[in-house]
Amino acid sequence: MPGKLKVKIVAGRHLPVMDRASDLTDAFVEVKFGNTTFKTDVYLKSLNPQWNSEWFKFEVDDEDLQDEPLQITVLDHDTYSANDAIGKVYIDIDPLLYSEAATVISGWFPIYDTIHGIRGEINVVVKVDLFNDLNRFRQSSCGVKFFCTTSIPKCYRAVIIHGFVEELVVNEDPEYQWIDRIRTPRASNEARQRLISLMSGELQRKIGLKVLEMRGNAVVGYLQCFDLEGESGLVVRAIGTACTLDKLSSPAAFLPACNSPSKEMKESPLVHPPSHGCRSTHNSPIHTATGSRLTQNFSVSVPTLIYTGMGSGSAGKEGGPFKALLRQQTQSALEQREFPFFTLTAFPPGFLVHVGGVVSARSVKLLDRIHNPDEPETRDAWWAEIRQEIKSHAKALGCHAVVGYSESTSICEEVCILSASGTAAVLNPRFLQDGTVEGCLEQRLEENLPTRCGFCHIPYDELNMPFPAHLTYCYNCRKQKVPDVLFTTIDLPTDATVIGKGCLIQARLCRLKKKAQAEANATAISNLLPFMEYEVHTQLMNKLKLKGMNALFGLRIQITVGENMLMGLASATGVYLAALPTPGGIQIAGKTPNDGSYEQHISHMQKKINDTIAKNKELYEINPPEISEEIIGSPIPEPRQRSRLLRSQSESSDEVTELDLSHGKKDAFVLEIDDTDAMEDVHSLLTDVPPPSGFYSCNTEIMPGINNWTSEIQMFTSVRVIRLSSLNLTNQALNKNFNDLCENLLKSLYFKLRSMIPCCLCHVNFTVSLPEDELIQVTVTAVAITFDKNQALQTTKTHVEKSLQRASTDNEELLQFPLELCSDSLPSHPLPPAKEHLESASSNSGIPAAQRDRCSSWIELIKLKAQTIRRGSIKTTVTVEKASPVGDGNFRNRPAPPCANSTVGVVKMTPLSFIPGAKITKYLGIINMFFIRETTSLREEGGVSGFLHAFIAEVFAMVRAHVAALGGNAVVSYIMKQCVFMENPNKNQAQCLINVSGDAVVFVRESDLEVVSTQQPTANCQSSGTEGEVTT
Amino acid sequence: MTSELDIFVGNTTLIDEDVYRLWLDGYSVTDAVALRVRSGILEQTGATAAVLQSDTMDHYRTFHMLERLLHAPPKLLHQLIFQIPPSRQALLIERYYAFDEAFVREVLGKKLSKGTKKDLDDISTKTGITLKSCRRQFDNFKRVFKVVEEMRGSLVDNIQQHFLLSDRLARDYAAIVFFANNRFETGKKKLQYLSFGDFAFCAELMIQNWTLGAVDSQMDDMDMDLDKEFLQDLKELKVLVADKDLLDLHKSLVCTALRGKLGVFSEMEANFKNLSRGLVNVAAKLTHNKDVRDLFVDLVEKFVEPCRSDHWPLSDVRFFLSQYAASVHSLDGFRHQTLWDRYMGTLRGCLLRLYHD
Repeated sequence: MPGKLKVKIVAGRHLPVMDRASDLTDAFVEVKFGNTTFKTDVYLKSLNPQWNSEWFKFEVDDEDLQDEPLQITVLDHDTYSANDAIGKVYIDIDPLLYSEAATVISGWFPIYDTIHGIRGEINVVVKVDLFNDLNRFRQSSCGVKFFCTTSIPKCYRAVIIHGFVEELVVNEDPEYQWIDRIRTPRASNEARQRLISLMSGELQRKIGLKVLEMRGNAVVGYLQCFDLEGESGLVVRAIGTACTLDKLSSPAAFLPACNSPSKEMKESPLVHPPSHGCRSTHNSPIHTATGSRLTQNFSVSVPTLIYTGMGSGSAGKEGGPFKALLRQQTQSALEQREFPFFTLTAFPPGFLVHVGGVVSARSVKLLDRIHNPDEPETRDAWWAEIRQEIKSHAKALGCHAVVGYSESTSICEEVCILSASGTAAVLNPRFLQDGTVEGCLEQRLEENLPTRCGFCHIPYDELNMPFPAHLTYCYNCRKQKVPDVLFTTIDLPTDATVIGKGCLIQARLCRLKKKAQAEANATAISNLLPFMEYEVHTQLMNKLKLKGMNALFGLRIQITVGENMLMGLASATGVYLAALPTPGGIQIAGKTPNDGSYEQHISHMQKKINDTIAKNKELYEINPPEISEEIIGSPIPEPRQRSRLLRSQSESSDEVTELDLSHGKKDAFVLEIDDTDAMEDVHSLLTDVPPPSGFYSCNTEIMPGINNWTSEIQMFTSVRVIRLSSLNLTNQALNKNFNDLCENLLKSLYFKLRSMIPCCLCHVNFTVSLPEDELIQVTVTAVAITFDKNQALQTTKTHVEKSLQRASTDNEELLQFPLELCSDSLPSHPLPPAKEHLESASSNSGIPAAQRDRCSSWIELIKLKAQTIRRGSIKTTVTVEKASPVGDGNFRNRPAPPCANSTVGVVKMTPLSFIPGAKITKYLGIINMFFIRETTSLREEGGVSGFLHAFIAEVFAMVRAHVAALGGNAVVSYIMKQCVFMENPNKNQAQCLINVSGDAVVFVRESDLEVVSTQQPTANCQSSGTEGEVTT
Repeated sequence: MTSELDIFVGNTTLIDEDVYRLWLDGYSVTDAVALRVRSGILEQTGATAAVLQSDTMDHYRTFHMLERLLHAPPKLLHQLIFQIPPSRQALLIERYYAFDEAFVREVLGKKLSKGTKKDLDDISTKTGITLKSCRRQFDNFKRVFKVVEEMRGSLVDNIQQHFLLSDRLARDYAAIVFFANNRFETGKKKLQYLSFGDFAFCAELMIQNWTLGAVDSQMDDMDMDLDKEFLQDLKELKVLVADKDLLDLHKSLVCTALRGKLGVFSEMEANFKNLSRGLVNVAAKLTHNKDVRDLFVDLVEKFVEPCRSDHWPLSDVRFFLSQYAASVHSLDGFRHQTLWDRYMGTLRGCLLRLYHD
């Protein structure tokens, strides 16, 4: 009985008119937690009721505190008939359960109704008194911190990284229960929202228990997903990385930004238990397998594919008896663990020793009804199988761990594809033995140089490669072997050396499939999967070479299943790693030499491809230092020896082992000469348009090669649904449609965000779904961040001078040039030019809108002394007197400041784990929200676009309101995990489910930090700031 | 392949000023796209027409959702759905409440009722402003009118407080509300040469001096209605033209003072009695609502036109009016000096503003 929850309902505003006669509302509030309900008085005849209730107190178990959401319902009192519900607010009180996070939740929450959307706001204060509980057998896990961020959170230090935690809970979906036939859509939606809220609370608590068992105190990289399995039920599952985190004491955080304030990040964490012994290195850049397992003892045998990044595919059961033996000898404590997986994508320097390549596994399942929700064994077993497969793939690559691990599903009717992927890696055991925190810093510096390219070195024994690969000596240290291409699912390590800039690379693919039922359908899908993976991989490889790059980071391959087709979408960020060899070009050769005109055509194509590569190299500033051939171990084979139409030059091995695909392994990159598809494929390679100048894009946290972010960020979600025109589509037409859809979407984004140029789209996250037969839905969430172009030049120059060629991709790195940065990028004081901007804002269109915005809003802030926004302590306080409708007559000389007193604090949202130009000082807790919106008046709400536009805007608003109520001013690692949209235009209906999550934080602008903490550097900053105008 | 659904939602709501203007001007999405294409944006950005179409749709949808909030601007500040920087909020409001000169001249002084709304079609045809834009502007006038009527305190301040407009725009709205309330005739052919600015200037002077608010700042409606008592008192001024001695004395005082200083002295001397009668009679008639409405017609007929036909330069008009107003203080038999000043001070300002081609 260790908790007391206290709730106070203060006031409401902007309530809807519920009584048409009086145009007013008689509102009251029900506050419900668990089975206890309190009510406020009815506040008669007002759209802005002031309840000012007493403190409602709930005495509850901490187990309930974790599972249950606080449910606040606003109703309109009706004397004669039933009270009408206006809407609800669900508040997750989890952030109040651990000491370092929020202490109070207080603020304006949008009142949400699943049919009408947001209907006014309510001001609520929530507090929790926790009593210490010494019961060892408790079921709660209060105090375990959760982070969506997939790196060690910025103001913490990892003492121990324990490893993988997972859990899933299942239930029947209320939407499919018998009762749903007789209840209203609203009741059904609310039952669903509440159930999912409960289930995620329970899931989080259970994961927390596992963490406590491992003696950890936090989960990092927490990813929770819903599987809407329809008739068969509802699955909520989560994975994460258990850690023991230490809160960093603040002094370091408040140092002037001139010294990297994030240095604490670099202190080494421990993998626990530490692995000992020398590791023989095995390597393979990408290692993918597609399996197919069906329930009900039905199984289809599908060849398991292993792709290598080299483009030289090899297949079969990985390894062999000999290799297995070898691996056994190098067993470490880490490997003995059930799943040595890490959901993290960024690591402290030195943590990652070698990266093997991408490992992935997929499995096709037939869903059946979940008979007993308390025993979710089937689903557990499914995932265990997949994880086992991933683990064995990693072993085949000579790696004992998988990093950047994630899981996903795609469901269509009763078929479900489970997918898991990650990056096989070797973590640093030597580093881990040396556990003392104090010594780590120096040690890091010592070890830094060798490790800069170390992660590229192959982790497996060259003589016992799991598959044939083309190796060269590392271009950086010249001591170790590296592969020619590297694919990973993680972010670019902070100490990696890249040349030039990175770019977003996507492979897109559609495959038609016959409509089928049950087993036949599953079999068809299983048969298609390997081909899809194979082609996706080929496309990625070709596009990577076309860009003149040699490594992919943040690779995410999504396979979506629909009624009559499968879609594959792979996104990754291509970079040129200095340690890896220069990628060869793409060679085209005709297969039918007797046709002269064809030869000509081929050579024309070849020229175009070469031109594109050259152009891309220039565009992405890829100009690696020339290295004479002798130094490089293996020579690059003559391209002309191959009779291949399209082939990467640097491929060296064509060995086929056990794979027997229709067009044969040898033809991995071959496109038949008389095959028009092939021609089109080449064309489509060339039609990928680079972003307009001033734009860059990537799907990783940060753009390789850009390190001078300015403070403006714009997170957005864009959704597109297209209807395919005809039923008898071909694969090519489908591919083209899909390709156009994605390309047009990107083009639209570039156009929309043009006022932010120069800027970079980071963490571009595409999600594909097939809601109906002929519908393709693509959802994109990303963040646009501005950067300073001039400064980029300076920085790179400095880097060259240093001849260190550091890939300062981490945001910590940019702080090495804090003086220029802060003075140029942040208008830290009101400058006269800025004021002019404000005054001429309406007339002068010569100035980019965004910039004007920034300046003028800053001025206004200054005017108002609203330092709160920049200092980070935003509270949505409301000046009620401003809203009073009747003035007291003495207004004649009032200097009315129109519009200036906006009372809504700014809350930034970003899918990244950091905020450029700012320092995160506090994590307030995880935000995990699930909303359903339904309409029966689709046309009246502006059609499907109007409906979804409004809903997404509302979701953003609710996230922001919750963050603000926690006392935060930003959400980092924000992700829209699900956006399920269903429409029925004939019935004028639509429904949408959205699930979002992120970490609520408090951030402080670095410029403010400086002003507060030091004088001398500030003086420098500001003097240089006056010279440089307030420009981007 | 057709696009079923196409949306873009930013955490900070994107506002494109150019598209906003097109939306305010009442263009359909198709027309707006065509206009944007013509502006050369495709060449500047390398975008395609489809991109432009999608972008325009998005903005229009956003504006449509914002419109509800723009009807009560303080709501825009407190709402949580759209995160918009304060400067952008101000821009949205200011532009939404901005109006076209051509439109406002058509409805200035008319009753803001449904009947007038039907005339919007004609106004739209006449002015070339889209019907949609006319509706918005008309509804804005009406909305502001409804909110501030029967409210105490300064009209400008009330408007500013409830609609968060800039000082300039709030003053314009005060004029519109004042004109609508008093139904001043502005549409006559004679008055066509006057701009909205001319009327707004007069309205401001009248609000400052002739309304209830000018004497008592605690009244409801104080800035909207003219001070009835004052209008009643104005009858007393009639003595200035009715009493022949007084009129002669007044004339001689003015002529003595202006001799040699006025280019049009002889014309002035010949016309003095007519002009003076005109100005004083306007004052005396203001007790009737009908005559209040015709105030500007009368002023133009009785003063502006005669002077203009004699080609008085503006400087001479100014000299004359100053002297004309001041000389009354030297008329011993005249006892309504304060009343005269309250009337003539404002009238002089108005006349000077109205006196142009």
